[in-house]
Amino acid sequence: MSLFETVNDAFSTARPRRRQINAMPASVIRLAGSAFILVAPWAALLALWIGVRHSGLIKPGLVPSPLEVLDQAWSHLQSGALLGHLAASTLRVAAGVAIGSALAIPVGFLIGRSPQVRALINPLINFFRALPPIALIPLIIVYFGIGESAKITVLAFAAFFASVIVLYEGIGQIAPIYVHVAKTLGATEREIFARVIFPLALPHILTALRVALGVTWATLVAAELIAAQVGLGAMIQVAASFFQLDIIYLGIISIGVAALTMDFALRRLSAHLVVWQERLHP
Amino acid sequence: MSAQRLFLDDVSVDFGAMRALDHVSLDLRPGEFVSIVGPSGCGKTTLLKIAAGFVTPTRGRATLDGAPIIGPGPERGVIFQEYGVFPWLSVRDNIAFGLKLGANRNEADERDAIVDRYLALMGLAEFRDALPRTLSGGMKQRVALARCYAVRPRILLMDEPFGALDAQTRLVMHDLLLDLQAKERKSVLLVTHSAEEALYLSSRVVVMSARPGRIKAEIDVPFAYPRDRSLLEHPDFAHLRTQLIELVMEEYAAQQRLDRIAV
Repeated sequence: MSLFETVNDAFSTARPRRRQINAMPASVIRLAGSAFILVAPWAALLALWIGVRHSGLIKPGLVPSPLEVLDQAWSHLQSGALLGHLAASTLRVAAGVAIGSALAIPVGFLIGRSPQVRALINPLINFFRALPPIALIPLIIVYFGIGESAKITVLAFAAFFASVIVLYEGIGQIAPIYVHVAKTLGATEREIFARVIFPLALPHILTALRVALGVTWATLVAAELIAAQVGLGAMIQVAASFFQLDIIYLGIISIGVAALTMDFALRRLSAHLVVWQERLHP
Repeated sequence: MSAQRLFLDDVSVDFGAMRALDHVSLDLRPGEFVSIVGPSGCGKTTLLKIAAGFVTPTRGRATLDGAPIIGPGPERGVIFQEYGVFPWLSVRDNIAFGLKLGANRNEADERDAIVDRYLALMGLAEFRDALPRTLSGGMKQRVALARCYAVRPRILLMDEPFGALDAQTRLVMHDLLLDLQAKERKSVLLVTHSAEEALYLSSRVVVMSARPGRIKAEIDVPFAYPRDRSLLEHPDFAHLRTQLIELVMEEYAAQQRLDRIAV
């Protein structure tokens, strides 16, 4: 008893707060460092772009200058066209990810929790996962027409197969010890699912969403091959038929920026929801 | 809150063609502290899993106050070597986990009182809001103990609970466990590979043979509770420890031969 208390006291006093000396310079250096890390890769990319344009390897007419693209961005912003395209594409991506992962989450739990179901369904999933969505477009037009539902189907297809594999691989690796503990405390199957499996699956669900989001943005141009009037993919295709390279560049950059923004938002949400995770790189 | 009697009656377990346990009978009487020692692979963990309800014996019966054991239940608390502390819950939410389940539903204020009581008893009060990833192994095992005690099990089943801890922490945990036993006595079945741990904590030690696991010997530990560290220096304790280690080492050698043949 007495020894237990002594050791306990030792625990409480053994962690003195480290005092921050020279707090200002250290934080300034750290701030400058993170600003550099943030800016440097983009600056390098821009430099490469300009370098290629002036290298003489490619005709300058085939590589628009960053300023020309910026000019296009400005005029498209002013006319409101860019926001229209962006909104149409973002809505399609959001719908595709929502439908695809809404289907992938239950399927992922089913496969992840049961080796039998996994053995049964795994070959099918790997079969469909290998199919490029663009190859399915003729069939999708036959069955879904050329409306909005056809485009969203392509995106949902891509989102489903990208996220379901992340989900069931992650859920399949949940350590059984937590389920055992819950059982010994008297938890029912339903309680085990809601209070143990689900919290442990949450990081995997969020990772699956991130993967789905990336793949869906990557599939967007293909989906908008289906008679799209608006959307960033449609904008790129129209520009392609008029050989407007600067607009094509603008479309590509817009897709990248939109995907990056949504991924950033999802990463922030993950960090907030799963603070408990022991990360290698917090 | 009366203690219960756990009875394993002539139990055998086969895993495929391999016999893990062979005609083992064990009687854990209310308030008794029994340790099971034996070489690794001798089936002592299987024995504990039968009591916990995770393994059904191939032959024989496992009963709790006469009723057959079917599956795990909150009246038999289990402490695992790997703690199993829920990483997404704070220390206090870990302790409250069992109390929020339908099987042991409590009023919120009663629950808080129970959680506070075990936070204090386990020396966890100042870590109440901490997440498990910030805790040491010893602290995690305290959380697991508190979580188990909170649902008021009558039997405690411990599977090498201190095996992953360093020697000093293990000693502290031994005294914590003895202290808890003095305050709220439970029947305890402890699986360990440490002869000293078994003798220091328990009232009876069961030595198991190499595979297939049989009970080779039982030693009644004559020292009265409450016990403290001075017992470790007692000549009778040292004598008993030597005796027990010899028994275990014989079986350890036999198990080594078995494993070599298997490879």
